[in-house]
Amino acid sequence: MTTPRVLEVRAKILKKNDELARAMRAEFARAGVFVANLVSSPGSGKTELLTSTLSRLIRSYDVAAVVGDLATDNDARRLATSGAEARQIITQSICHLEADMVRDSLQGWDLSALDFLFIENVGNLVCPSSWDLGEDLRVLLFPVTEGEDKPLKYPTLINTADVVVISKMDLAVAVGFDMDLARRNIQQVRPGIEVFETSAKTGQGIDAWIEYLRQHLQRKRDRAGSIGPQTVGEPTIMS
Amino acid sequence: MHELSIAQSMIDVACEAAAREGADQVIKLRARIGVLSGVAKAALQFSFDLAAEGTACEGAVLEIEDVPVTVMCPRCHGAQELPLSYTFCCPVCGTPTPEILTGQELEVVCMEIAGNDDTTGT
Repeated sequence: MTTPRVLEVRAKILKKNDELARAMRAEFARAGVFVANLVSSPGSGKTELLTSTLSRLIRSYDVAAVVGDLATDNDARRLATSGAEARQIITQSICHLEADMVRDSLQGWDLSALDFLFIENVGNLVCPSSWDLGEDLRVLLFPVTEGEDKPLKYPTLINTADVVVISKMDLAVAVGFDMDLARRNIQQVRPGIEVFETSAKTGQGIDAWIEYLRQHLQRKRDRAGSIGPQTVGEPTIMS
Repeated sequence: MHELSIAQSMIDVACEAAAREGADQVIKLRARIGVLSGVAKAALQFSFDLAAEGTACEGAVLEIEDVPVTVMCPRCHGAQELPLSYTFCCPVCGTPTPEILTGQELEVVCMEIAGNDDTTGT
Protein backbone atom coordinates (compact mmCIF):
# COMPACT_ATOMS: atom_id res chain seq x y z
CA MET A 1 0.00 0.00 0.00
CA THR A 2 1.48 3.33 -0.99
CA THR A 3 1.23 6.41 1.20
CA PRO A 4 -0.23 9.40 -0.58
CA ARG A 5 1.57 12.70 -0.13
CA VAL A 6 0.84 16.27 -1.16
CA LEU A 7 3.06 17.96 -3.70
CA GLU A 8 3.01 21.70 -4.27
CA VAL A 9 3.15 22.40 -7.98
CA ARG A 10 2.21 26.04 -8.62
CA ALA A 11 2.61 25.70 -12.36
CA LYS A 12 0.66 27.32 -15.16
CA ILE A 13 -1.44 24.80 -17.02
CA LEU A 14 -0.28 26.18 -20.34
CA LYS A 15 3.34 26.16 -19.10
CA LYS A 16 4.60 24.39 -22.21
CA ASN A 17 2.98 26.90 -24.55
CA ASP A 18 4.00 29.85 -22.37
CA GLU A 19 7.63 28.72 -22.21
CA LEU A 20 7.77 28.28 -25.97
CA ALA A 21 6.09 31.64 -26.52
CA ARG A 22 8.64 33.25 -24.22
CA ALA A 23 11.48 31.68 -26.20
CA MET A 24 9.92 32.82 -29.46
CA ARG A 25 9.46 36.33 -28.08
CA ALA A 26 13.17 36.41 -27.20
CA GLU A 27 14.10 35.19 -30.66
CA PHE A 28 11.85 37.76 -32.33
CA ALA A 29 13.54 40.42 -30.20
CA ARG A 30 17.01 39.25 -31.19
CA ALA A 31 15.95 39.25 -34.84
CA GLY A 32 14.48 42.76 -34.49
CA VAL A 33 11.14 41.74 -36.04
CA PHE A 34 7.86 43.22 -34.79
CA VAL A 35 5.17 40.57 -34.41
CA ALA A 36 1.43 41.20 -34.36
CA ASN A 37 -1.31 38.60 -33.71
CA LEU A 38 -4.72 39.44 -35.21
CA VAL A 39 -7.77 37.95 -33.50
CA SER A 40 -11.48 38.33 -34.16
CA SER A 41 -14.62 36.40 -35.00
CA PRO A 42 -14.72 34.69 -38.41
CA GLY A 43 -15.52 37.14 -41.21
CA SER A 44 -14.49 40.30 -39.37
CA GLY A 45 -12.12 41.44 -42.09
CA LYS A 46 -8.78 40.26 -40.69
CA THR A 47 -7.51 39.01 -44.04
CA GLU A 48 -8.68 42.13 -45.88
CA LEU A 49 -7.11 44.46 -43.31
CA LEU A 50 -3.94 42.41 -43.24
CA THR A 51 -3.67 42.35 -47.06
CA SER A 52 -4.07 46.12 -47.07
CA THR A 53 -1.50 46.47 -44.29
CA LEU A 54 1.03 44.26 -46.04
CA SER A 55 0.53 46.08 -49.35
CA ARG A 56 1.31 49.41 -47.68
CA LEU A 57 4.19 48.26 -45.48
CA ILE A 58 5.98 46.32 -48.24
CA ARG A 59 6.81 49.61 -49.96
CA SER A 60 9.32 50.39 -47.21
CA TYR A 61 9.68 47.29 -45.07
CA ASP A 62 10.30 43.56 -45.25
CA VAL A 63 7.07 41.87 -44.23
CA ALA A 64 5.62 38.36 -44.00
CA ALA A 65 2.52 36.69 -42.62
CA VAL A 66 1.24 33.35 -41.40
CA VAL A 67 -2.47 32.62 -41.19
CA GLY A 68 -4.40 29.87 -39.42
CA ASP A 69 -7.59 28.25 -40.72
CA LEU A 70 -9.25 24.89 -40.17
CA ALA A 71 -9.24 24.28 -43.91
CA THR A 72 -8.18 25.80 -47.25
CA ASP A 73 -5.21 28.01 -48.06
CA ASN A 74 -7.47 30.75 -49.40
CA ASP A 75 -6.32 33.32 -46.87
CA ALA A 76 -2.60 32.76 -47.52
CA ARG A 77 -3.26 33.22 -51.22
CA ARG A 78 -5.14 36.46 -50.58
CA LEU A 79 -2.40 37.78 -48.31
CA ALA A 80 0.22 36.92 -50.92
CA THR A 81 -1.44 39.25 -53.44
CA SER A 82 0.20 42.03 -51.43
CA GLY A 83 3.59 40.79 -52.64
CA ALA A 84 4.54 39.58 -49.18
CA GLU A 85 5.40 35.99 -48.35
CA ALA A 86 2.44 34.33 -46.69
CA ARG A 87 2.15 30.83 -45.28
CA GLN A 88 -0.99 28.92 -44.34
CA ILE A 89 -1.32 26.94 -41.11
CA ILE A 90 -4.06 24.32 -41.49
CA THR A 91 -5.29 23.40 -38.03
CA GLN A 92 -7.86 20.81 -39.20
CA SER A 93 -9.94 20.76 -36.04
CA ILE A 94 -8.12 23.08 -33.65
CA CYS A 95 -9.99 26.33 -33.19
CA HIS A 96 -7.03 28.55 -32.32
CA LEU A 97 -3.31 28.89 -33.00
CA GLU A 98 -0.77 27.73 -30.43
CA ALA A 99 2.88 28.73 -30.14
CA ASP A 100 4.25 25.47 -31.55
CA MET A 101 2.10 25.79 -34.68
CA VAL A 102 3.44 29.28 -35.32
CA ARG A 103 7.01 28.21 -34.62
CA ASP A 104 6.72 25.31 -37.06
CA SER A 105 5.30 27.59 -39.74
CA LEU A 106 8.35 29.86 -39.57
CA GLN A 107 10.88 27.15 -40.43
CA GLY A 108 13.22 28.28 -43.16
CA TRP A 109 12.45 31.99 -42.82
CA ASP A 110 15.27 34.33 -41.86
CA LEU A 111 13.56 36.37 -39.12
CA SER A 112 16.42 38.87 -38.95
CA ALA A 113 15.61 39.84 -42.54
CA LEU A 114 12.07 40.80 -41.53
CA ASP A 115 10.75 44.05 -40.10
CA PHE A 116 7.17 42.86 -39.52
CA LEU A 117 5.66 39.42 -39.04
CA PHE A 118 1.86 39.19 -38.88
CA ILE A 119 -0.02 36.24 -37.46
CA GLU A 120 -3.65 35.97 -38.48
CA ASN A 121 -5.32 33.74 -35.91
CA VAL A 122 -8.21 31.38 -36.53
CA GLY A 123 -11.49 33.33 -36.49
CA ASN A 124 -12.71 32.79 -32.94
CA LEU A 125 -13.49 35.23 -30.13
CA VAL A 126 -13.07 32.67 -27.35
CA CYS A 127 -10.17 30.23 -27.55
CA PRO A 128 -7.27 32.38 -28.83
CA SER A 129 -7.35 34.25 -25.48
CA SER A 130 -5.38 31.61 -23.66
CA TRP A 131 -2.55 31.06 -26.12
CA ASP A 132 0.44 33.35 -26.12
CA LEU A 133 2.12 33.23 -29.54
CA GLY A 134 5.17 35.30 -28.61
CA GLU A 135 3.67 38.39 -30.22
CA ASP A 136 4.50 42.04 -29.44
CA LEU A 137 0.98 43.21 -30.16
CA ARG A 138 -2.39 41.51 -30.00
CA VAL A 139 -4.88 43.23 -32.32
CA LEU A 140 -8.59 42.58 -31.77
CA LEU A 141 -10.96 43.37 -34.65
CA PHE A 142 -14.64 44.15 -34.24
CA PRO A 143 -16.47 44.85 -37.49
CA VAL A 144 -19.33 47.37 -37.52
CA THR A 145 -21.59 44.60 -38.80
CA GLU A 146 -21.54 42.77 -35.46
CA GLY A 147 -23.05 45.41 -33.24
CA GLU A 148 -21.85 47.78 -30.56
CA ASP A 149 -22.10 45.38 -27.62
CA LYS A 150 -19.75 42.70 -28.96
CA PRO A 151 -16.86 43.91 -26.80
CA LEU A 152 -18.99 43.48 -23.66
CA LYS A 153 -19.74 39.89 -24.61
CA TYR A 154 -16.11 38.85 -24.85
CA PRO A 155 -14.35 40.29 -21.79
CA THR A 156 -11.76 37.51 -21.71
CA LEU A 157 -10.29 38.13 -25.14
CA ILE A 158 -10.39 41.91 -24.97
CA ASN A 159 -8.46 41.76 -21.70
CA THR A 160 -5.59 40.03 -23.46
CA ALA A 161 -5.60 42.52 -26.37
CA ASP A 162 -3.40 45.57 -26.79
CA VAL A 163 -5.38 47.48 -29.39
CA VAL A 164 -8.84 47.33 -30.98
CA VAL A 165 -9.63 47.94 -34.65
CA ILE A 166 -13.22 48.64 -35.62
CA SER A 167 -13.27 47.31 -39.18
CA LYS A 168 -15.57 47.52 -42.22
CA MET A 169 -16.24 51.23 -41.58
CA ASP A 170 -17.59 51.53 -45.14
CA LEU A 171 -20.67 49.65 -43.89
CA ALA A 172 -21.17 51.69 -40.70
CA VAL A 173 -23.93 53.89 -42.10
CA ALA A 174 -25.72 50.98 -43.78
CA VAL A 175 -25.97 49.03 -40.50
CA GLY A 176 -26.69 52.08 -38.37
CA PHE A 177 -23.59 51.57 -36.27
CA ASP A 178 -23.40 53.76 -33.15
CA MET A 179 -19.68 54.52 -32.85
CA ASP A 180 -19.96 56.45 -29.58
CA LEU A 181 -21.74 53.53 -27.94
CA ALA A 182 -19.21 51.05 -29.32
CA ARG A 183 -16.29 53.11 -28.01
CA ARG A 184 -17.96 53.49 -24.60
CA ASN A 185 -18.50 49.74 -24.41
CA ILE A 186 -14.89 49.05 -25.33
CA GLN A 187 -13.65 51.41 -22.62
CA GLN A 188 -16.05 49.88 -20.12
CA VAL A 189 -14.54 46.44 -20.47
CA ARG A 190 -10.93 47.46 -21.22
CA PRO A 191 -10.29 51.00 -19.91
CA GLY A 192 -7.60 52.92 -21.74
CA ILE A 193 -7.23 50.65 -24.78
CA GLU A 194 -6.51 52.46 -28.06
CA VAL A 195 -9.11 52.10 -30.80
CA PHE A 196 -8.73 52.52 -34.58
CA GLU A 197 -11.47 52.74 -37.19
CA THR A 198 -10.64 51.27 -40.59
CA SER A 199 -12.05 50.33 -43.92
CA ALA A 200 -9.73 48.17 -45.99
CA LYS A 201 -12.10 48.79 -48.89
CA THR A 202 -12.02 52.59 -48.95
CA GLY A 203 -8.69 53.07 -47.18
CA GLN A 204 -10.29 54.97 -44.30
CA GLY A 205 -8.06 54.93 -41.22
CA ILE A 206 -5.34 52.88 -42.88
CA ASP A 207 -2.75 55.69 -42.79
CA ALA A 208 -3.15 56.06 -39.02
CA TRP A 209 -3.02 52.29 -38.59
CA ILE A 210 0.20 51.98 -40.60
CA GLU A 211 1.76 54.86 -38.66
CA TYR A 212 0.84 53.14 -35.38
CA LEU A 213 2.59 49.95 -36.51
CA ARG A 214 5.65 51.90 -37.72
CA GLN A 215 5.95 53.63 -34.36
CA HIS A 216 5.72 50.31 -32.54
CA LEU A 217 8.50 48.82 -34.66
CA GLN A 218 10.66 51.87 -34.01
CA ARG A 219 9.95 51.74 -30.27
CA LYS A 220 10.84 48.05 -30.15
CA ARG A 221 14.14 48.67 -31.90
CA ASP A 222 14.93 51.67 -29.70
CA ARG A 223 14.31 49.58 -26.60
CA ALA A 224 16.35 46.60 -27.84
CA GLY A 225 19.18 45.76 -25.51
CA SER A 226 18.30 48.48 -23.01
CA ILE A 227 15.73 46.76 -20.81
CA GLY A 228 16.18 43.06 -21.53
CA PRO A 229 13.60 40.53 -22.67
CA GLN A 230 9.88 41.29 -22.35
CA THR A 231 7.85 39.27 -19.85
CA VAL A 232 4.97 37.09 -20.96
CA GLY A 233 1.50 38.53 -20.54
CA GLU A 234 2.64 42.05 -19.76
CA PRO A 235 -0.28 44.40 -20.48
CA THR A 236 0.35 47.37 -22.75
CA ILE A 237 -2.43 49.83 -22.15
CA MET A 238 -2.05 52.89 -24.39
CA SER A 239 -2.29 56.09 -22.41
CA MET B 1 -13.81 22.23 -27.68
CA HIS B 2 -10.66 23.82 -26.35
CA GLU B 3 -11.15 22.70 -22.75
CA LEU B 4 -9.87 19.30 -23.93
CA SER B 5 -6.63 20.96 -25.07
CA ILE B 6 -6.37 22.71 -21.70
CA ALA B 7 -7.10 19.45 -19.83
CA GLN B 8 -4.38 17.66 -21.79
CA SER B 9 -1.90 20.38 -20.92
CA MET B 10 -2.95 20.15 -17.27
CA ILE B 11 -2.39 16.40 -17.28
CA ASP B 12 1.04 16.86 -18.90
CA VAL B 13 2.06 19.30 -16.16
CA ALA B 14 0.74 16.98 -13.42
CA CYS B 15 2.30 13.79 -14.81
CA GLU B 16 5.64 15.53 -15.29
CA ALA B 17 5.63 16.82 -11.70
CA ALA B 18 4.60 13.39 -10.38
CA ALA B 19 7.29 11.58 -12.36
CA ARG B 20 9.94 13.98 -11.02
CA GLU B 21 8.91 12.86 -7.51
CA GLY B 22 9.01 9.19 -8.43
CA ALA B 23 5.24 8.89 -8.17
CA ASP B 24 3.19 6.93 -10.69
CA GLN B 25 -0.28 7.89 -9.56
CA VAL B 26 -2.05 11.21 -9.11
CA ILE B 27 -4.91 10.88 -6.63
CA LYS B 28 -6.08 14.47 -6.48
CA LEU B 29 -5.31 17.65 -8.41
CA ARG B 30 -6.16 21.17 -7.31
CA ALA B 31 -6.38 23.87 -9.97
CA ARG B 32 -7.08 27.62 -9.83
CA ILE B 33 -9.18 28.81 -12.72
CA GLY B 34 -9.86 32.51 -13.07
CA VAL B 35 -13.30 33.56 -14.29
CA LEU B 36 -11.54 35.58 -17.01
CA SER B 37 -9.27 32.72 -18.05
CA GLY B 38 -11.48 31.66 -20.92
CA VAL B 39 -12.03 28.19 -19.47
CA ALA B 40 -15.42 26.82 -18.46
CA LYS B 41 -15.26 24.81 -15.22
CA ALA B 42 -17.78 22.11 -16.16
CA ALA B 43 -16.24 21.57 -19.60
CA LEU B 44 -12.80 21.34 -18.04
CA GLN B 45 -14.00 18.76 -15.50
CA PHE B 46 -15.50 16.63 -18.25
CA SER B 47 -12.45 16.97 -20.47
CA PHE B 48 -10.10 16.14 -17.62
CA ASP B 49 -11.77 12.78 -16.95
CA LEU B 50 -11.58 11.97 -20.65
CA ALA B 51 -8.00 13.05 -21.19
CA ALA B 52 -6.74 11.38 -17.98
CA GLU B 53 -7.49 7.87 -19.21
CA GLY B 54 -4.31 5.88 -19.66
CA THR B 55 -2.19 8.42 -17.78
CA ALA B 56 -0.99 8.70 -14.19
CA CYS B 57 -3.96 11.01 -13.64
CA GLU B 58 -6.55 8.36 -14.48
CA GLY B 59 -9.19 8.31 -11.78
CA ALA B 60 -7.79 11.44 -10.11
CA VAL B 61 -10.19 13.86 -8.45
CA LEU B 62 -10.00 17.35 -9.92
CA GLU B 63 -10.76 20.19 -7.50
CA ILE B 64 -11.25 23.56 -9.12
CA GLU B 65 -10.94 26.79 -7.19
CA ASP B 66 -12.71 29.67 -8.97
CA VAL B 67 -10.75 32.89 -8.83
CA PRO B 68 -12.82 36.09 -9.11
CA VAL B 69 -11.68 39.16 -11.00
CA THR B 70 -10.04 41.73 -8.76
CA VAL B 71 -8.70 45.02 -10.03
CA MET B 72 -6.53 47.76 -8.57
CA CYS B 73 -8.40 51.00 -8.08
CA PRO B 74 -5.99 53.92 -8.55
CA ARG B 75 -8.22 56.20 -6.50
CA CYS B 76 -9.12 53.86 -3.62
CA HIS B 77 -5.56 52.50 -3.61
CA GLY B 78 -6.80 49.00 -3.08
CA ALA B 79 -8.00 45.80 -4.69
CA GLN B 80 -11.69 45.57 -5.54
CA GLU B 81 -13.58 42.50 -6.65
CA LEU B 82 -15.62 42.96 -9.82
CA PRO B 83 -19.11 41.58 -10.24
CA LEU B 84 -19.71 39.33 -13.24
CA SER B 85 -20.96 42.09 -15.53
CA TYR B 86 -17.31 42.95 -16.26
CA THR B 87 -17.57 46.66 -16.09
CA PHE B 88 -13.98 47.53 -15.44
CA CYS B 89 -14.50 50.33 -13.03
CA CYS B 90 -14.25 50.42 -9.26
CA PRO B 91 -17.53 49.25 -7.64
CA VAL B 92 -16.89 51.76 -4.85
CA CYS B 93 -15.89 54.99 -6.60
CA GLY B 94 -16.48 54.32 -10.32
CA THR B 95 -12.92 55.07 -11.49
CA PRO B 96 -11.86 53.02 -14.56
CA THR B 97 -9.65 50.11 -13.48
CA PRO B 98 -7.55 48.63 -16.26
CA GLU B 99 -5.12 46.88 -13.90
CA ILE B 100 -6.23 43.29 -13.34
CA LEU B 101 -4.84 41.63 -10.21
CA THR B 102 -6.59 38.26 -10.28
CA GLY B 103 -9.04 36.42 -12.49
CA GLN B 104 -6.92 35.25 -15.41
CA GLU B 105 -5.29 32.29 -13.64
CA LEU B 106 -4.99 28.89 -15.25
CA GLU B 107 -2.78 26.95 -12.88
CA VAL B 108 -2.17 23.67 -11.09
CA VAL B 109 -1.67 24.47 -7.43
CA CYS B 110 -0.95 21.14 -5.79
CA MET B 111 -1.47 17.43 -6.17
CA GLU B 112 -1.87 14.38 -4.01
CA ILE B 113 0.39 11.68 -5.39
CA ALA B 114 1.28 8.09 -4.59
CA GLY B 115 4.63 6.64 -5.52
CA ASN B 116 5.83 3.19 -6.46
CA ASP B 117 8.90 3.72 -4.35
CA ASP B 118 6.94 4.44 -1.12
CA THR B 119 7.51 2.01 1.70
CA THR B 120 4.57 -0.31 2.27
CA GLY B 121 3.06 -1.06 5.68
CA THR B 122 1.76 -4.59 6.73
